[in-house]
Amino acid sequence: MFLRTIGAGLVVAAMLAATTAQAAEVKIGFVTTLTTPAGVIGRDMKDAFELGLEDIGRKMGGLDVKVMYEDDGFKPEIGKQKTDKLVQKDDVDFVAGYIWSHVLLASRKSVLGAGKFLISSNAGPSQLAGKLCHKNFFSTSWQNDQTPMAMGEVLNQRGVKSLYVIAPNYAAGKNMVAGVQRTFKGKIIGKDMTKWPTQLDFSAELAKARAAKPDGVFIFYPGKAGGAFMKQYQQAGLSGKIPLYSVFTVDSISLPKFQKVNLSGVMGSFMTQFWAPDLDTPQSKKFVSGFKKKYGRYPSFYAAQTYDTVFLIKSAVEAVNGDLKNMDGMRAAMAKANFPSVRGPFKYGKNHFPVQDFYLREVVKDSDGVWTTAARKVVLKDHVDTYAKDCKM
Amino acid sequence: MTWALLLEQTLNGFQLGVLLFLLAAGLTLVFGIMDLVNLAHGSLYMAGAFFCATFTDWTDSFIIGVLLGLPATLLLGIAVEMIALRTLYARDHLDQVLATFGIILFFNELARIIWGPEGLVIPLPAWLDGNVEILAGVFYPTFRILIIAVGLSVALGLYVLVARTRIGMLIRAGASDRDMVGALGINVKMLFTLIFGLGAALAGLAGMMAGPIIEVNIGMGEEILILAFVVIVIGGIGSIRGAFVAALLVGLIDTMGRSFLDLLLKMLISGNAAETAAPALSAMLVYVLMVTVLFFRPQGLFAPRGG
Repeated sequence: MFLRTIGAGLVVAAMLAATTAQAAEVKIGFVTTLTTPAGVIGRDMKDAFELGLEDIGRKMGGLDVKVMYEDDGFKPEIGKQKTDKLVQKDDVDFVAGYIWSHVLLASRKSVLGAGKFLISSNAGPSQLAGKLCHKNFFSTSWQNDQTPMAMGEVLNQRGVKSLYVIAPNYAAGKNMVAGVQRTFKGKIIGKDMTKWPTQLDFSAELAKARAAKPDGVFIFYPGKAGGAFMKQYQQAGLSGKIPLYSVFTVDSISLPKFQKVNLSGVMGSFMTQFWAPDLDTPQSKKFVSGFKKKYGRYPSFYAAQTYDTVFLIKSAVEAVNGDLKNMDGMRAAMAKANFPSVRGPFKYGKNHFPVQDFYLREVVKDSDGVWTTAARKVVLKDHVDTYAKDCKM
Repeated sequence: MTWALLLEQTLNGFQLGVLLFLLAAGLTLVFGIMDLVNLAHGSLYMAGAFFCATFTDWTDSFIIGVLLGLPATLLLGIAVEMIALRTLYARDHLDQVLATFGIILFFNELARIIWGPEGLVIPLPAWLDGNVEILAGVFYPTFRILIIAVGLSVALGLYVLVARTRIGMLIRAGASDRDMVGALGINVKMLFTLIFGLGAALAGLAGMMAGPIIEVNIGMGEEILILAFVVIVIGGIGSIRGAFVAALLVGLIDTMGRSFLDLLLKMLISGNAAETAAPALSAMLVYVLMVTVLFFRPQGLFAPRGG
């Protein structure tokens, strides 16, 4: 009996010793979607994270970096499970990633409740920017409403008076619609919220949009649904007749596929975004050329945000000289946004979302004939999201 | 709301309906005759789409892609039946669900290994990629008209096959009493393999018809499979006629719900509430239909064994 107790005690002591020894590395958990068709987005993010780590020699503040990638399967409940595993079993210092707003919202408590840092590399639900803002949460992307708000401004500038809105019926879809409604001064003459993520056939919605005769159609369809939508828009004979304005639908992931089937309707179409592959900042140039060299394709905005995530975490670890117990020091360092960002220098708002510019982008051919997007002009300057005022922090 | 829009939405409903029918026809035969719950039917739909995309890419012709994709899916279906499913007929439904769910995971992963995670596109020839004016001022995509035509021809072909041929007689007999057919000296094993292959080819055809519209993706089968199960439950398990009627019904109700439910609700409740409620309600409509049918006719609309 005694022997057993001593034995158990020894085991515990050994485990404790092992954990202390492991503290010589920064552990980062990265949750994204690696399976399902949305896995292409996750692949872009994982590739960008790996590129970022290579560029810094896999070291932050003298510590080795260990990163664990987890697949959320495009489902909130699985995302939460994987997050729990990262926080409780792997005891990571940072949890980053998250493409989808509903997955991030479901996983939020698991990270913040355990006193770890949570960094969103894409999703920006209104809740986390406003009422649910948290001192340990940071975003390297944007709040969901901001990009469509910029689009609303573009629509005003282009004299669009009536708009038809089609978007998926989930957290981000609702934010996107709310965003464009906030800035668009004309009339929204029709709105369809489609089943997400299963509905990929938009015949009924397109027929309604055609019958409503709007000046423009606004859509938000990330991932494969975007490709399906663009194709059906062209097949229905709407491209060229009703201008299509999109956010997060046409990107470096979908454009190669469009080019392959010569979906010419997408050429010259407009979208808004905080970044474009041709943006003239030192970090963006380094990132885009590095990414193209390593993977042979253009990086998407998902990849750009993920690349920023690496440098944000690095800035925190370096500020405290690798003392990962110093949460206050790391938090203060991150809040300064003192790292090279693909978007150029920027500041964090009080809810830890970037205060940043939004650009109008157009689909163009690059010098090699590859379809890509180019920034045309700044639509919103140093934009603070709408929900920051609800953040009590 | 105009008559032109109503006509267009009816066509859209028909198009979704015949697509569901192609998928449900095989599912209902397999379920009804072999008493096999085959969740992997959606994988055959996906396989058909991937085959068609690949062959279209090689030959630069969508039509050849379909013509090559059909036998490929048929062979794949026969192989799946002979290797994996044959051993499951005697087991209970739960075992079948588990095993065929495993097959789904297997095929999804296999597709990722072969074709990569980003999916494929099926380019259409120019004469199919546009739209035609079916009535003054009513434009309809040419390809969707083709889907309706293909679906109706398959329905007619299946009707002739089932009602007028010896194979069809065996299929009908198998649907009503499997054991008796075997007792009469029919090679039931062979018949099952044949039916499964036919169902696989039809599912593949559905995938090939859906591919150019929604793109070819891993897991595309699971999304539509649930609707296909709703169709066969409404139509009566084992009945081709039931599957046809139910598929059109489900297609029309789903499309009409998405089209007009918000307008309808706006007459009853405030605009904002209607906007929130309409998407949720329209997503539920087909299930409401299923529950209603099951309440009044638990065996489905056209159950072969019920009458």
